[in-house]
Amino acid sequence: MISEATDKIVYMDNNATTKVAPEVVEAMLPFYADFYGNPSSMHTFGGQVGREVAEARLRIADLIGASPEEIIFTSCGTESDSTAILSAVQSFPDKRHIVTTRVEHPAVKNLCESLYSISGHKHKVTQLMVDNCGMLDLDKYEESLTDETAIVSVMWANNETGVIFPIEKMAAMAKERGILFHTDAVQAVGKIPINMAEVPVDFLSISGHKLHAPKGVGVLYVRKGTPFVPFLFGGHQEHGRRGGTENVASIIGLGKACELVGGRMDDENTRVKAMRDRLEEGLLKAIPNAILNGHKTERLPNTSNISFEYVEGEAILLHMDRFGICASSGSACTSGSLEPSHVLRAMGVPFTAAHGSIRFSLSVYNKEDEVDYVLEHLPKIINDLREMSPFWQEAMKKEAAGCGCGCK
Amino acid sequence: MWEYTDEVKEHFLHPKNVGEIENADAVGEVGSLACGDALKLTLKIDDSETIVDAKFKTFGCASAIASSSALTEMIKGMPLAEAEKVTNEDIAKALGGLPKEKMHCSVMGREALEAAIADYRGVILPMAEGEVVCECFGVTDLEVRRAVQESNLKTIEEVTNFTKAGGGCGKCHDRLEEIIKEVRQESAAPVIPDQRPKRMTNIQKIKMIEDVLEREVRPTLRKDGGDIELIDVDGDFVTVSLRGACGSCLKSQTTLKEYVEKKLREQVLDTLVVEEGKA
Repeated sequence: MISEATDKIVYMDNNATTKVAPEVVEAMLPFYADFYGNPSSMHTFGGQVGREVAEARLRIADLIGASPEEIIFTSCGTESDSTAILSAVQSFPDKRHIVTTRVEHPAVKNLCESLYSISGHKHKVTQLMVDNCGMLDLDKYEESLTDETAIVSVMWANNETGVIFPIEKMAAMAKERGILFHTDAVQAVGKIPINMAEVPVDFLSISGHKLHAPKGVGVLYVRKGTPFVPFLFGGHQEHGRRGGTENVASIIGLGKACELVGGRMDDENTRVKAMRDRLEEGLLKAIPNAILNGHKTERLPNTSNISFEYVEGEAILLHMDRFGICASSGSACTSGSLEPSHVLRAMGVPFTAAHGSIRFSLSVYNKEDEVDYVLEHLPKIINDLREMSPFWQEAMKKEAAGCGCGCK
Repeated sequence: MWEYTDEVKEHFLHPKNVGEIENADAVGEVGSLACGDALKLTLKIDDSETIVDAKFKTFGCASAIASSSALTEMIKGMPLAEAEKVTNEDIAKALGGLPKEKMHCSVMGREALEAAIADYRGVILPMAEGEVVCECFGVTDLEVRRAVQESNLKTIEEVTNFTKAGGGCGKCHDRLEEIIKEVRQESAAPVIPDQRPKRMTNIQKIKMIEDVLEREVRPTLRKDGGDIELIDVDGDFVTVSLRGACGSCLKSQTTLKEYVEKKLREQVLDTLVVEEGKA
């Protein structure tokens, strides 16, 4: 890390990962050295652990309005996504079409694009376009559904912009045609209310570490009666739907975390949302040529993605890092690839802006004074970098001259 | 998180010579907003052809800014004749090294310097006149050739790290491969030419596939009591049917992918995909 870094950490990168809640850590600890039994064992020592796992399963089901037998524990969101999509592809070997979007997480996007090398069959993949607010066209979606469609996989909320898709409507449209529907809800669960009793989704992916549980545990919700083929074969765990000894401590942690976020949902959608809005409005006001990426209202309460034109994201991040401010960027340089984020490109964000995009994602652990801290430091960072940018002065001159062509 | 050296961090956080020299004797501009990095280098050159001042403006990541800063420090007070010999490796060395994915930042520094010197001398850089290989980042074959030769690059990935060519849509990968081969052939021992034809008609393709199946695949499968039949060829997709013992063998998918497809890719076309048909 950069040597001038302060001890102060202002963590606004919660869509990347979250702090494990202290209550969660506390709930987990006994299951390492004290209650270390195997939940499958016949003896009481192991069996009591099995009861705790069942309790955790119940808490997770409660959070999303499901029943406990619809919850399958996995190792992460990516495993949940792979399990759902590969299960559908194997359940309907004659259906060779998948509908998804241009803005999916790589866990879904790359899987769909690599299906032929896994299944040995060519699948037609429809990647639905988004508009410049990041929203889908439901008419286009309806047109894409055919008798050949094996599964629809559409994320509930986008990790980069926080834009929320109308999953209830979309799942209903698939259901009418007898098509399976999967949603990657790792960013949505815990941040917005989700009730599987009302939403006809067949598969839903959850990731522990996005909601203050540890890394290395996830959930795949599978609606009762949905055809299912396991991804990991092995023992009888999870009723034979996912082999492998349970990650007990993490499962207990995830159960506790679900209980916590259920109780904090109001806080997330009032206080956290208000902090996010104050940060966003403050930055857009203080910094010229700053643009919000993503729909203003159809959005997670914690996420804000802003482009600062004529500067590059990695440089912004590393300067913020000196002040202990943690965020992410959709710029090319931060990803190791040479092109900026596929989400921003799909939204048609101009290159002048995509390279300078910064994502702030808050959590219930953020405080008002942290918003002040970012508002105090970021405008100067952007200004300094712009002074160094060969494009800035030119752009300002053009704007001053009132270039009416609309170009930037 | 990139592993940056202390030198990179220092030049990034406290860049030297930021700005633009008014009435500069030489101006070199490279890169663009679309590419994600750009550098404008301005020089003051005295009558004895020595660089007396250098300033830069850079849009880009930490290593782009650090490379620019290190370059200006390096060339201040340097005679032009010497500055002409500065390479991207010199810039990277001054920074204590760069992550390999970031080498293109040092290349950008060198290119800006060359452009500035060409501007001073009133000549046109040959680099700009080459054939554009990578359309995404506007890289010419001359730039790729030079990078391959000077930095001893062997793979497309390395070429992308140094020049950005091939880092976008990937359409130019075949051409890059050819250029790497050509350049390396000139400097190293000749490689065995690829016997496979570059383009072929569907009929030629089917004939070659049948030939490989008959000559190599079928005899091997027959040893295990199996057999194979070609059903259809549609573009790159080859549909076959496994017969005899293979038809009921649990490992038949592995056989198809690991053996049949591999053989066909080696000997016919490396984009072929073999799948089993329900005949």
